[in-house]
Amino acid sequence: MSNRLINWFRFSSPQTFYPLAGRMIPWFWTLAAVFGIAGLSIGFLVAPTDAQQGEGYRIIFLHVPASWMSMFIYLVMAFWSAVGLGFNTRLSGMMASALAPTGALFTFLSLWTGALWGKPMWGTWWVWDARLTSELILLFLYVGFIALKAAIDDPRRADKAGAILALVGVVNIPIIYFSVKWWNTLHQGASVNLTRAPSMAALMLWGMLLCALACWMYSIAVALMRVRTIMLERERHTDWVRQLVEGGEADDALA
Amino acid sequence: MLGVVQAIIGRDLRLAMRRQTDLAAMLFFFIIVVSLFPLGVGPEPEQLRRLAPGVLWVAALLATMLSLPRLFADDHRDGTLEQLTLAPEPLGLIVLGKVIAHWLVAGLPLVVLSPVLGVQFDLEVDALSILTLSLLVGTPALSGIGAIGAALTLGVRGGGVLLSLLVLPLYIPILIFGAGAVDATLTGLGPEAHLSLLGAIALGGVFFAPWAAAAALRIALE
Amino acid sequence: MHWHSLADFLAMGQHGPYVWGSLIVMAALLIAEPMLVMHGRRKLVARLRRQYRAERSGHRRPRETGWSRSSS
Repeated sequence: MSNRLINWFRFSSPQTFYPLAGRMIPWFWTLAAVFGIAGLSIGFLVAPTDAQQGEGYRIIFLHVPASWMSMFIYLVMAFWSAVGLGFNTRLSGMMASALAPTGALFTFLSLWTGALWGKPMWGTWWVWDARLTSELILLFLYVGFIALKAAIDDPRRADKAGAILALVGVVNIPIIYFSVKWWNTLHQGASVNLTRAPSMAALMLWGMLLCALACWMYSIAVALMRVRTIMLERERHTDWVRQLVEGGEADDALA
Repeated sequence: MLGVVQAIIGRDLRLAMRRQTDLAAMLFFFIIVVSLFPLGVGPEPEQLRRLAPGVLWVAALLATMLSLPRLFADDHRDGTLEQLTLAPEPLGLIVLGKVIAHWLVAGLPLVVLSPVLGVQFDLEVDALSILTLSLLVGTPALSGIGAIGAALTLGVRGGGVLLSLLVLPLYIPILIFGAGAVDATLTGLGPEAHLSLLGAIALGGVFFAPWAAAAALRIALE
Repeated sequence: MHWHSLADFLAMGQHGPYVWGSLIVMAALLIAEPMLVMHGRRKLVARLRRQYRAERSGHRRPRETGWSRSSS
C-alpha cells in the first residue's frame, strides 16, 4: 500500500500521470477481458446447477461482483477525497470524479441483477431486504455526489465539496446499513431468508472471483479513461494539453 | 467558548423573529403534507394508526428541507458569513450556534405540533407522547446533518433541490429510528432501544456535523 | 461442459429470461460506458482544437459558454 502511495504522489501531477495512464489502460482492458471470459465461461458453461436455486443462481456471478464494486468504489472515492483534502493534490479530486459514474453504474447493475434474481427465487422483483435497501441508498449517495460536482462550476471547489460529501457519506454508510438491518428485522412481514447456499462449490467460487477481478480491471480502465478526459478539460489552458491536442496525440483510440 | 454559541443563537433567533412568515409557511407545509395522507389513503383508523409515525416523520424531514437553504444563505448574501469565518472563535462553534438556533426555530415547532397532528391519525396517548419524544430527540440531528448540506450547496445554482438530494439519504437512519420508536410502542415492544439509538445519532449530528459544515463553508467562501 | 444442447443452455432451466436479462443488460452497459467516455473525449478534443486554432489566428478567445464541465 505504502509503495503504491508513493508512486501515486510521484505521478500526482496531471502532466506526468496523463501519459502513464494512457499506457496502462490497454493492459487493464486486456486483463478485464481475460478475467471476464474466464469467469463467465466457468459461471455459465462449466459450473453445475445449484441444488436449491436451479440455473437462476448463475445471476450471482454477475450480481455479487457488481455489488462488491459498488461498495468498493465508494470507499476508493472516499479515500481519494481524504487524500485530496489532506494533501491538496489535484489528481485526487479528478480520480474521485472519474470513479463516481462507474460506481453508480455498478450500483444500478447490482439492483437490476438483484431484482432479476429475486423474481424466480422469491417470486418478487423487489424486497425491502437490508442489503437491497442499503444498495438503493448507496445509489442515492452516488447520485448526490455526481449532482453536487456537476452543479459547482469552479473545479477546485467542486472537488473539495465533493470530498466532504464523500467522507460524510462514508461515515454514514455503516450507520445506514445498521439502521436498515434493524428496521428489517423488526418488519419481518415479507420474511425471506437470504442466506446463500452454505457451502459454495469451489468451482463456483472461482467463477465468481474471476468475474469480480474482471469488474475490478474494468473499473480501473474506465476510471483512467475518464480521468484523462477530465485532465484535458481542466488543464486546457496549459501548454502540455495544447501540444497534445494540436500534435494529434490526444486522439489515441483506446484511451 | 460558549459565549460565542450563545451570541449566535440570540442573533439568529432575533433575525428569525423578523421573518415570521417564513416560519409560518414551513409549519403550514408540515400540517398540509400530514393532512394529505388520510385523503390519499382513506380514513380507516386502523390503517391511519399504522401510517402515522412514518407520515409524520417524513413530513418533518420535508419541512426541514424547506427551511435549510436559509440557514446560511442570508448571512452569505450580506457578507456576515465572511466576517464570521474571520472571527477568532472556531467556525465549528459558530455553526453549532446556528444549528441550535435553526432547531429552535424550525425543529421545535414541529415537535410541538406533532401531537395535535397525531390525533388526526387516531393515535393513543402513549403513542402520541412517544411520537413527540422521538421528534424532540431526532430533530436536532436533522438540523445538524442538514447544515452540512446547506453549507455544501451555498451559492450553488439549483441549491434547494440539490440540497434535498444530498441530505435526504443521510436522514434515513433518523427516519428509521424515529418512526420505529412509535411503531415499537404500537406493537408493544417498547421504544427505549430506538430512542437511545436516535439520541446517539442526534448527539453525533449536533456535535460533529457542525465541524464538517464549517469545513464546507470555508470551501464555499474561498 | 455442463450443457447438453444449445437450447438447453439458452433455456437455463426456465430461468432463461432472468439470467439472460441480467447478462445482456450488464454487458450492454459495461460496453456503453467506455464508449460514452471515448465519445465525450473526442468531442472535447475537437472543441479544444477549434479553440486553439481560433486563438492562434488572432481572434479573441471564443467565449466559453455551453462549456460542459464533465464529460462522462
